[in-house]
Amino acid sequence: MSFAIAGSLDEALAALAVGARPIAGGTDLVVGARQGKAPLPASLVAIDRLDELAHIESRDRGIRIGAMVTHSQLMIDQMIVSGYTALADAAALVGSPSTRNIGTLGGNVMNASPAMDTGAPLMVLGAVAQLRSARGSRTVELSDLWTGPGQTSAETEELCVAIDLPPRPARSGSAYVRLEYRRAMEIAIVGAAASVTLADDGTILGGAVALSAVAPTIIEVDDAGALMTGHLPDAAAAAVATAASDVARPISDLRASDTYRRHTVGVMAARAVDAAARRAAGEEIGVPVNRAIGVGASR
Amino acid sequence: MTEPITLTVNGLDYPVDVDMGRNLLSVLRTEIGLTGTKEGCDDSECGACMVLLDDQPVNSCSYLALQAEGKSVTTIEGVMPADGLHAIQRSLLEEGGVQCGFCTPGIIMSTRALLDGNPSPSEEEIRIGLSGNLCRCTGYAKILAAVIRTASDN
Repeated sequence: MSFAIAGSLDEALAALAVGARPIAGGTDLVVGARQGKAPLPASLVAIDRLDELAHIESRDRGIRIGAMVTHSQLMIDQMIVSGYTALADAAALVGSPSTRNIGTLGGNVMNASPAMDTGAPLMVLGAVAQLRSARGSRTVELSDLWTGPGQTSAETEELCVAIDLPPRPARSGSAYVRLEYRRAMEIAIVGAAASVTLADDGTILGGAVALSAVAPTIIEVDDAGALMTGHLPDAAAAAVATAASDVARPISDLRASDTYRRHTVGVMAARAVDAAARRAAGEEIGVPVNRAIGVGASR
Repeated sequence: MTEPITLTVNGLDYPVDVDMGRNLLSVLRTEIGLTGTKEGCDDSECGACMVLLDDQPVNSCSYLALQAEGKSVTTIEGVMPADGLHAIQRSLLEEGGVQCGFCTPGIIMSTRALLDGNPSPSEEEIRIGLSGNLCRCTGYAKILAAVIRTASDN
C-alpha cells in the first residue's frame, strides 16, 4: 500500500508509470471501495492539487478544460454556461454541493459510468480527451475512449489531463436533460444531450444528440443530425425521440425497466432538442434545464 | 501499513497514524476524538458526516484521511463558539429545526458554507445548498426557516 500527493504533473505521471492509480476527489473511487464494488488500488497518487489541470482556458480553436476542473466550477463558468451550456446543465445535476466541490470532470470522464451526466453533453459538443503518460500524449475521441461500463481504452499509465472542445457555431445552443426520481444525489435513470444550430429561417442547420444510461457506454444517436436538418425544432424533436428509443439498448435494474428506459430516453431526447433549439434562438433558459423548466424538464 | 501525517482540524495540528484506506470521518472521530461529526449512511448520501475542507463542504465518510493533509478541516466543534451558540445553531433551536439531532452537525456545516459564500440566499439556493443533507425527522420546513432566519439576522 502506498499513497503520494503529486506536487507536479511529471511526478503524477512517474507514479502512474510504476503502477500507481490516480485519485482526484475520490467521489467514485472511495465510495466504490467502501461499497465493496472494487477495492482501493494498492498504490494511489493524489492529483487533486495539480493546479495546472484546474483551469478552463480559451484557445485558438475552442476551449480546454483541465481534468481537475470541478463540477462546481463548470456549472458557473461563463464560457461554459454561455457556449457549452449542456455541460453546465450536467455539472449542476451531479450529486450534491459536496460532490460537485471535489468531483472533477476528468474523474467523471475516466470513471466511464454509462450513467455519467457529463458524458452525453461532451459528446454532442464534439469533445476529445487529452491523455498523457511519461512516454507521451495523445488525443482520443470519446467514442473510442469509453469501451464499456467503467472501462476505457486508456493505458494504465495514461492520465486524462484535459478535455478539449471545439468553438461553437453562431446561433447554436445545447442542453442536457435527465430523468430523475429525486433532485439531489441522483444517478440518471436516463439522460439526453442535444446540440443544435439554427438557420436564419428557424429551421435546424445541424446538430447532435447523445444518450446516458441506455447502453454500456454513453452513445450518440448517429442519424440525429440528418434527422433534424431542414426541420423546425418541434418536428426535429419528434423524429429524434423515435431514433433515440430505437438506438437505446438499456438494462433493467432496480431503478427502471428496459422498456421504461427505452421510452423515456426518447422523451428526454425530444426535450433536450427543444431546450437546445430555444437556447440557440436566444431564449434564456437557466442552468440546469431540469430546474429551470421542471424535474425531467417538461415544459 | 500506516502513514504518519498531520491533520489541521479547527486550526489545530494533530499528528496521526492512518491506514491508506481510512476515511477522514473515522480519523476525526476515533483518533482525534471529535465526535460531533456523525456517520450516517457511510455512502456520501446523507450528509451527516459533512465537514468543511478548505471552507467547502465535503462528505468525510468518503474522503481519504491521507488526502486531507495540508488542507484545513473544519468540523462542527470548530463552528461552535467557546461560549454560547453559533447563529445557525440558535436559529435551528428557535425554529424547531432539530428533533433527534443526528443530522444537525452536517446541516450546520452545509449552511455555514452556503452563507459564507452567499449571505442572502434565495429559498431555492438554500434548498440546493442543503440538498446533500438528509433529515428523517423534521420534514425540512423548519430547517429551511432556520436558515432563512440566520441569513436575515446577519
